[in-house]
Amino acid sequence: MDYIGEHLLPGQLGHFFIVLSLVASLVATFSYYKATQSKIDTDAAYWKRLARFSFITETISVFAIFGILFYIIQHHLFEYKYAWQHSSLSLEFKYMFACFWEGQEGSFLLWSVWHCVLGLVLIKTGKSWEAPVMTVVSFAQLCIATMIAGIYIFDQKMGSNPFILLRDSGVLDNAPALHLNFDVNQALKPDYMSSIKDGNDLNPLLQNYWMVIHPPVLFLGFASTIVPFAFAVAGLWTKKFSEWIKPALPWTLFSAAVLGVGIMMGAAWAYESLTFGGYWAWDPVENASLVPWLILIAGIHTVLIYTHTGYSLRSAYLFCILSFVFVLYSTFLTRSGILGETSVHAFTDLGMNVQLYLLLYLFIWGAAIVSAKDLNQKVTTFVVAAALAVAARYIPYPVVSFIALILGLVVVIYQVQKQVPTIIKEESGSSREFWMYIGSLIFFLSAMVIIGITSLPVLNSILNIKKAAPENQESLYNQIHIFVAIIIAVLTAVTQYLKYKETSRRFFWKKLAFPTFISMVAGALVVYFGNINYNKEGPAFLGAIWLAVACSVYAVIANVSYIWLGLKGKLKLSGGSISHFGFGLVLLGILLSSSKKEILSYNIGGIPIDFGTESKEKTGENLTLVKGLPMKMGKFDVTYVSDSAHPKKQQWYYRIHFKSRTDNEEFTLLPNAFVNYKGNEGMMANPDSRHYFTHDIFTYISALPNPEKNQDTTKFNTRTLKAGDTVFYSRGWMILQNVVAKDSLPEKIFGPGGSLHEAPLKMFSKSGSIFTLTPRLAFSRGEFLAAPDTIPSEGLVVKLEKVNPDNSIELGVKESGAVLEYVTLKAYKFPFINVLWAGIIITAIGILISMVRRIQLNRSAKE
Amino acid sequence: MKKIHIVLLVFIAGAIAVLISFLQTTATYDTVQTAKDKPGKFVHLMARWDKSQPMEYDALKDPNYLSFIATDTLGQSVKVIYRNPKPENFEISEKLVLKGKYTTDGYFECKSIQTKCPSKYKDDMSAAQKKVQGASETYPTNTETK
Repeated sequence: MDYIGEHLLPGQLGHFFIVLSLVASLVATFSYYKATQSKIDTDAAYWKRLARFSFITETISVFAIFGILFYIIQHHLFEYKYAWQHSSLSLEFKYMFACFWEGQEGSFLLWSVWHCVLGLVLIKTGKSWEAPVMTVVSFAQLCIATMIAGIYIFDQKMGSNPFILLRDSGVLDNAPALHLNFDVNQALKPDYMSSIKDGNDLNPLLQNYWMVIHPPVLFLGFASTIVPFAFAVAGLWTKKFSEWIKPALPWTLFSAAVLGVGIMMGAAWAYESLTFGGYWAWDPVENASLVPWLILIAGIHTVLIYTHTGYSLRSAYLFCILSFVFVLYSTFLTRSGILGETSVHAFTDLGMNVQLYLLLYLFIWGAAIVSAKDLNQKVTTFVVAAALAVAARYIPYPVVSFIALILGLVVVIYQVQKQVPTIIKEESGSSREFWMYIGSLIFFLSAMVIIGITSLPVLNSILNIKKAAPENQESLYNQIHIFVAIIIAVLTAVTQYLKYKETSRRFFWKKLAFPTFISMVAGALVVYFGNINYNKEGPAFLGAIWLAVACSVYAVIANVSYIWLGLKGKLKLSGGSISHFGFGLVLLGILLSSSKKEILSYNIGGIPIDFGTESKEKTGENLTLVKGLPMKMGKFDVTYVSDSAHPKKQQWYYRIHFKSRTDNEEFTLLPNAFVNYKGNEGMMANPDSRHYFTHDIFTYISALPNPEKNQDTTKFNTRTLKAGDTVFYSRGWMILQNVVAKDSLPEKIFGPGGSLHEAPLKMFSKSGSIFTLTPRLAFSRGEFLAAPDTIPSEGLVVKLEKVNPDNSIELGVKESGAVLEYVTLKAYKFPFINVLWAGIIITAIGILISMVRRIQLNRSAKE
Repeated sequence: MKKIHIVLLVFIAGAIAVLISFLQTTATYDTVQTAKDKPGKFVHLMARWDKSQPMEYDALKDPNYLSFIATDTLGQSVKVIYRNPKPENFEISEKLVLKGKYTTDGYFECKSIQTKCPSKYKDDMSAAQKKVQGASETYPTNTETK
């Protein structure tokens, strides 16, 4: 059957390229595998050529898929489910990308695109490592390709295809009007597309520029963790156990910089557009991306230890492998829907849990198989892996699947321990490597604790229990990490002053004495004048915060000093110090902004209007502002001035004016909210903030009047008045100034014999404000039309009802809460948040400087 | 034994201790009845907002006071007080996870509400379907022509 108005070509091309990418990545994986295994040079070269050709084909296909899907979204081809589900006609062009990666399919594609780019760089620079490393990357590409394939293999659906048509997706199956004879059992009408006028639109909370730029960076970070992993596996596979370290190091640094920036860009998005009240909420999705980064940092330090001293090679293996394994585990957590109960922003279950589990399974056991000692062991490992897969598939206890993964990891660790050489001699306690290793361990264990707590839903499903997060989960995270911060800050400050292998005490103290002294003074000053009184968790915690603040000051100062004391100001060499300096700032920024965060909108009871009910004694964090009525909030007088609507959307902007009582500071914030968006009752708010050098003022709408509930039921109270007469109302009085009859009215509008009267009133409120009200009454074309006037902040409406021949009037007066226009908002002050953002940027720059230096070193070593 | 091994063991023991203590502090998912059975204990109450009962929230009186009746799947109800504005998506959520305690004063003092709805961050199939059907409501839906 042909349907009218469909554009089928892009979808057909898309399907073609998906199949092509599947085949190409399969061929690339196989050929690279053969190129690695082959002992004969000409054979290896042949396979490598084929593999490169396939990988480039794969790259072209992935880019084509990406381009076609973008074309579909951008041209509003709503016959495709992806476009219909994630975009709409009114969506601004800049958000087209955001809706591209809103869905699972789009974000998998993003991941895949980055793998392609990284793969091309590896082909160019990999030399002898190209074949084994690219085997891993191509295999990852194969796995991701199946995620968007949407094909059936033995009744098992593989992946979710982004090019599926709306009419094939099942969405329209229950819409009788779109079917022939209004019968859902019959075919769709040929012109069904004429009823699909607009898409579902991008979730309003994602309509934010951070959502356009942070996923690509974050996914580049995720994608790049495969490179250190692939190098480590390649080392085990080719039995060149230590040679991989040097080429892998710049990649590890790159990955850490990009992933770190990506995570914090996500934090910035949460800060700027979500109403969590901050940049970090220990949400499972945030944790899941932090954990691989922490392990990666441990990886970098152990790799560095190895390159300088020969120690900790085994740990370098483990951390490089585990950081990628935890990327895969995070993928499972956030995309399987298992976090449904605990996270506010995981993806929904697309029925791909088996596939997501397999992703983890294949990479762990794949690494176990290729790292086996000889062919015999390889075959044995393979048989065990296959047997476990069958067991996990057919034994209906999730714990079996979990054990299968853990066993795989155990085998990998066993192979590392068994085969990778190590130094028996103990590190000296005065050596740099010893303390670097301690730092790495702390990072790793912090990662394990975070992922352990985050995995509670997984534990529930494995053990078939139902445990819920404890009341104080957040403070648990904070209590642990305040100590992690203290130790890491001190290690960051001190360790660079130690030399590799052995440090003499004199040398150490001679260099370190000066920065330590300065830091003690500076740290004491910051703590003393910093006014840090975070008392939610008791005095011990506050003490820990003070200590941590002082220690991070130490990290900042000691690392800046080291650039001169240790490296004589050579910036090229000081990547490490710069990134540690940045990291010190990150810690300091986190500590200061979190512990000194203030809620400005603290409020006792309701607004100071007497509604006859006793005000509640409890303080709350939200404040209601009546339009036009200034309220005290911290040092500000805050007024809700006006609001305006988005021209195309059900989105309102609220103009909130802040005026300081103590100085001349004055500004307006424009928080906005989607109200009853797309027929969904309720609202979704977006914050607005004012940035200062030392702090941010941050506000968002937390409640709005409900128009239905506030139906105006009060009646007008009519009085007869003459000019000069006074009327009292509950909160003041008003005086009728005079009664004016307007003349020379346009006959076109008023018709013959029309009239218009105005009755200006001067109103004196008990609060001291004076207003003018001008109700009007028109007689037009034989009909009376009243135009009442309102003072919203007083809840007062007056209506001119009649003008008598003796120039007295009948005035209707009404007092009603329903005329009040108000917003409820929450406002915060975030001090020193810029320290955090600056710290992130400096850390990333420092890491990238190190990366460049390592690349140069590798090059000159080869020459 | 190397120094580093000792440190390693101490750290790992610390991490395990933290995780075990975490497991011991975990709360439980409860129904109205089981939450009432342990007043003063922090629980996750799984329930729905009972829309047939009035909800009390007036931002003018007090923006930090929301009170409503929650009903669980077993049909039992409890009064909930939440000292915050109405959470986003409260109206459209199908299920609420109410984190808090049942008090001896006979109501559920809620510390945080997690709304479970099909739309937030999630692919909204059912609401979208409704929309397609809604768009076509102008057509007669029960005519039969043979």
